[in-house]
Amino acid sequence: MANALINAPKTARRGDTIEIKALILHPMETGFRPGTNGTIIPRNIIEKFSARWNGEEIFAMSFSPAIAANPFVSFFTVARESGRVDFLWTGDQDFRVTESVIITVT
Amino acid sequence: MLGGFRDLAHQRFGYEAVSKDGVTVAQTAATAVDPVAKTVTAGDGTKLSYDKLVMAPGVDLNWTALPGYTEAASDRMPHAWKGGAQIALLRRQLEAMDDGGTVGMAVSANPTRCPPGAYERACLIAHYLKTKKPRSKLLLLDAKDQFSMQRLFEQAWNRLYPGIVERVPLSQGGNVTAVDPSTMTLVTDFEKYKVAVANVIPLQKAAAIAARAGVADRTGWCTVEPIAFESTLQKDIHVLGDATLISGVSKSAFVAAEQGKVCAAAIVAKLAGRAPPETQLTNTCYSFVAPGHAIRTTSVFRPEKGQLIEIPGSTSTTALDAEPSVQGHEAREAERWFGTITQEVFG
Repeated sequence: MANALINAPKTARRGDTIEIKALILHPMETGFRPGTNGTIIPRNIIEKFSARWNGEEIFAMSFSPAIAANPFVSFFTVARESGRVDFLWTGDQDFRVTESVIITVT
Repeated sequence: MLGGFRDLAHQRFGYEAVSKDGVTVAQTAATAVDPVAKTVTAGDGTKLSYDKLVMAPGVDLNWTALPGYTEAASDRMPHAWKGGAQIALLRRQLEAMDDGGTVGMAVSANPTRCPPGAYERACLIAHYLKTKKPRSKLLLLDAKDQFSMQRLFEQAWNRLYPGIVERVPLSQGGNVTAVDPSTMTLVTDFEKYKVAVANVIPLQKAAAIAARAGVADRTGWCTVEPIAFESTLQKDIHVLGDATLISGVSKSAFVAAEQGKVCAAAIVAKLAGRAPPETQLTNTCYSFVAPGHAIRTTSVFRPEKGQLIEIPGSTSTTALDAEPSVQGHEAREAERWFGTITQEVFG
């Protein structure tokens, strides 16, 4: 089972606006809910998500407990040069997942 | 019917017996409701006045929610979600498909008519494929992660239809965001799936008459109070069945029929100047996983703070890992229930 799904075009023309979609499996436990034994389930959320294109940050967002499980993010960026886009999710309980895609710009 | 278990004729009923009981039946669509003048306009233009109006609008498919999925598209990619011709069409497409083809199902998010319905359908189609087209596959693209009787359905797919049913849930990219009937393609945020037969179950809403009567809110559904199911938007209009949105209660035939009885009792009491009887509402959903094998879930609800709250501990479901005879028993119960409810409703 894939931990994260990315949808980005494999190729783009220089200057094109492209859409990138990212979905990750995560419970996004709020820290406000009691479990079956009555005690509060500890907060376990993703706190930050970012995307870097050849090392330069092109998108970043902070998550809050109000965001649903398995967060899905879609954003737009401008294709400038061929290279690698690195995605990083970090959060509670030392959560850290990376994923990357290669985009060829012509 | 899709699985070849029964004929469409067995699902057809008339209103003759109801007429004989002294009920005036007008088999025509109501085209307008005026909640202020308290009138209903029938298809032939006749205006009827009412003291209390009870509506069961049912559902319309939402033709604007899924790009590419228009009414014309449903000729190639049937929804088969409102009976009759569409179900027959899907059946014919399955029969015409080559062995080895992929059947794609696109299942919408809640709220939906018959919450286990799509998954029962997956079993019926899988049964057809297993027996008639064993090299074929069923790909179920789901806009949900969790669903009714999930573990029982998953067990049935693993046990009865291994290698045939593949489900992609929301969290694995299963949400279908567009369809292209010309190329028979189901599009998600992450993939494009080309299929031989497509069954697309789009989002739904209360049927158009509900909006015209002013009982549907901006969600497209009808909110009602939990005792007599009177609309929260229009006095003296009661709404029953799949068009209603009321906390955790399923849109099932079982619930609709119970709502009818509870509503009638409450209206009779009100007109007689009495308080409505104390009631609770039961729901049972039966789903066939194979011929002669069914699973079931039952819940009981009671009115509380304007909602119907599931009574804690009231839910019972067919045991997971039960012996096959248990699912045989549920199937016979389902047949008996079908006989009882249709007898009660249609005579």
